[in-house]
Amino acid sequence: MFDFFFQLHPVIQGTAKGLAVILVIFPFAGACSLAERKVSAWMQGRPGPNRAIVPWIAWVPFLGKFLQRLGVFHLMADGAKFLFKEEPLPGHVNKLYFVLAPVVAMMPAFTTVAVVPFGAYFDPAGRLIPLALANVDVGLLAVFAVSSLGVYSLILAGWASNSKYPFLGGVRASAQLISYELSMTLSVLPVFLWINAPGQPGTMSLVKAVEFQSGAGLHWSGVWFGFLMPLSALIFLVSLYAETNRHPFDMAESESDLVGGFHTEYGAFKWSLFFVAEYSHMIIGSGVFTLLFLGGWNPLPGLPLATVAGWLGLAGTPLLVALLSLAVFLGKIVFLLFLFMWVRWTVPRFRYDQVMKLGWQKLLPLSIANLVFYALGIAFLERG
Amino acid sequence: MTLPSAHPYAFLALFALVAIAFPLLLLAVAQLWFRFFQPPKPSATKNDVYECGVAPTGDSWIQFKAHYYLYAILFLIFDVEVLFLLPFAVTFTTLPAGALVAMLVFILLLAEGLVWAWHRGHLEWK
Repeated sequence: MFDFFFQLHPVIQGTAKGLAVILVIFPFAGACSLAERKVSAWMQGRPGPNRAIVPWIAWVPFLGKFLQRLGVFHLMADGAKFLFKEEPLPGHVNKLYFVLAPVVAMMPAFTTVAVVPFGAYFDPAGRLIPLALANVDVGLLAVFAVSSLGVYSLILAGWASNSKYPFLGGVRASAQLISYELSMTLSVLPVFLWINAPGQPGTMSLVKAVEFQSGAGLHWSGVWFGFLMPLSALIFLVSLYAETNRHPFDMAESESDLVGGFHTEYGAFKWSLFFVAEYSHMIIGSGVFTLLFLGGWNPLPGLPLATVAGWLGLAGTPLLVALLSLAVFLGKIVFLLFLFMWVRWTVPRFRYDQVMKLGWQKLLPLSIANLVFYALGIAFLERG
Repeated sequence: MTLPSAHPYAFLALFALVAIAFPLLLLAVAQLWFRFFQPPKPSATKNDVYECGVAPTGDSWIQFKAHYYLYAILFLIFDVEVLFLLPFAVTFTTLPAGALVAMLVFILLLAEGLVWAWHRGHLEWK
């Protein structure tokens, strides 16, 4: 059915795949913003966005009312509003960098999608084929390397705005991001100590990490790394919240003291690009967390994809297996995104000194100790 | 699906280009819309630096804490050290015991740097 696609030139294929993924992530991020508003409303006991509706859908008796209550049309209304709002360039900004900053924010947010495997299927020979756009062997390293470029967009936006609040927001955000990057990198190292078994080429592949959590039955090979290395998972999750500038770490845009932080001077479409970039980072971060610590596309610990596909009789149809793995993976991502929002309304915002203290004096020593503990433990197991 | 697929890294580069082109395209569309369908209504207040609605005071090039800079330098040192830990993690299980001890000494240096910065009070936000 799709044969004609594979006849195309690889560059055209790649561009088409890239555009397709962006066109999926873009509305997904938009849906996140709507979900954020709905979840916030739900936690605060109010209805939330429930007005917007397209007239001819309002005529549908039951469904129209339901979709209106759900607020799905606010998504389209928001998008249209961003595109059609006046797009002025404030006179005091550095024009080139001011326009460049949102683009720089989007680039890492979208590029990291390429190396994250969103699912997998089995080819007739029974081998696992990941659904990744670029299945590179340095997987996680590529994610870290590219996503850390996001710092530049914050500092660029803050500096180019030529205004006090954005500048302070940009400086704060960049110091915070680099502080938590250390603990984040150190916290995932035990996973790679574990999966780089002797006699195999070393790898930082995310697919490999999932394969090591895919054992069947009551055996330790099926245990997710989140249970095997709970401290790593915790440090990674906290750092992830800090890296995506989410509550309780939203120093970059703490509206009570910095108005909007680094994007105070932005409006209309350029602002919405920052917004989408932030949500894309959350989606990718949740995806990486799922792959490393929550078993990726395996439905339950000790109950891998292959077993469930076998029960459902899907073994002969790779497409259905791929869809099943995609559903499991996206389900976990959606839960983690909900967790982001849950934490937002549960934990109050930290002060800046508390953020720095947590990053440098708590998480960093803890992650070093964690690494040493697992290095010694695994070395002992290997040689013991 | 036996196709001569591109190298994954080439794909990554291509993807980065698409990821840059896409927001630029959107910005261009928004700009065109602004150019042709929205009459520009510039005003002094609209062009002003935003400071909570009051008239902005002083220059926007403010002094800020040098402590941010200190964190950046500390980050640079630790990040390079963490970078050396990545190949260690990948080849970990094939290393001889001596290399393991050497690596523990390396991590000790990392921890020592942290203790030193802590002791000097560089990690305290003042």
